[in-house]
Amino acid sequence: MNSLFAIIIGAIFVNNFILTRFLGLCPFIGVSKKTKPALGMGLAVVFVMTLASMVTWLAYTFILIPLGLEYLQIIVFILVIATLVQFVELFLRKTNPILYKALGIYLPLITTNCAVMGVALLNVQENYSFIEASVFGISAGVGFTLALMLMSGIRERLELSDVPKAFDGIPIAFIVAAIMSMAFLAFSGMI
Amino acid sequence: MEKGSFWELAKGLFKENPVFCLVLGLCPALAVSTSIDNAIGMGAASTFVLLCSNFIISIIRNKVPTKIRIPIFIVVIASFVTIASLIMQAYLPALNKSLGIYVPLIVVNCIILGRAEAFACKNNVLDSLLDGLGMGIGFTLSLSLISIIREILGTGALKFFGTTLFSIPIEPAMVFILAPGALLVMGLLLGLFAHIRNKKYEVTCCEVKE
Repeated sequence: MNSLFAIIIGAIFVNNFILTRFLGLCPFIGVSKKTKPALGMGLAVVFVMTLASMVTWLAYTFILIPLGLEYLQIIVFILVIATLVQFVELFLRKTNPILYKALGIYLPLITTNCAVMGVALLNVQENYSFIEASVFGISAGVGFTLALMLMSGIRERLELSDVPKAFDGIPIAFIVAAIMSMAFLAFSGMI
Repeated sequence: MEKGSFWELAKGLFKENPVFCLVLGLCPALAVSTSIDNAIGMGAASTFVLLCSNFIISIIRNKVPTKIRIPIFIVVIASFVTIASLIMQAYLPALNKSLGIYVPLIVVNCIILGRAEAFACKNNVLDSLLDGLGMGIGFTLSLSLISIIREILGTGALKFFGTTLFSIPIEPAMVFILAPGALLVMGLLLGLFAHIRNKKYEVTCCEVKE
């Protein structure tokens, strides 16, 4: 139980995927202009990350290891994630149109989100069990959403403020992210 | 190509520099730019993958059905990333260890799929090779620039594969080696480049465009 708690806190705060590991920076900069799309993107990422860590863990443990094909992990993981995203999209469109409407447009973008691939690779690297891998997937997604939401809140304010011309847009977003990242450094003593 | 083949090579260095102008491939650019060794290693691996994938994709570009081109491109890229990763594990274990999961993550680097989609599947083999080489060198140079700044400010010295090139008598600011330093240096450099060109950026991240 303790180790699960450590994984949750670690993935959300201490090793936040965006602010310390730099995974998923593209959507972080691209979709963080408004709070509402940021929330949609965040939820879609939580959803896909959790499923992806489960499925890639199963694929790695029950297919790649018995066959001695660990070196194929990169190809297998990326294909599994891409297929999974397609399935989730089809499934949601059929069964839950409301959720599909909320997450739909963000799902295709997630295939190339390095955070999802990163979760799958980290699960293998850390030798997590199935439960640990799933929990890590959820909490990494929550950490991603947290950073995205905070950022979008700040950027909505930035729209109204007077930023030097050269820093308008992406550069100032990076400076803001740097300050947020510094704040998150304070968590590093927690575990 | 009306501007000649040399343009394909040169545009990746400055005009369409992948990191500072197209704002692609940020994750590896920030994560591994803690030292110049890592930056060059990462840049070399990415250039290798970019060159090979552009080469193969431009060869098969007329055979691939348009509807399933993206999965095919991804498999081609993933194969070369696997090759690069295995070579690195075998011959450069120390570098491989310090780059960690960012070597396999080259597969989701937007630059590579971006060039395959935007350039290699529309142009001939030679131009695609030059484009891949130019983009790869541009990426490596940007990574090196970020890492040189971070290493000097963060450790007070510049080391190049074990030999100290020079050191400056300042109190090193640890924060530049840590995560916030990367974001700060990146923000300032982007601001500087925007100032030089003095025109507004558009958000041209692959994820937004798709």
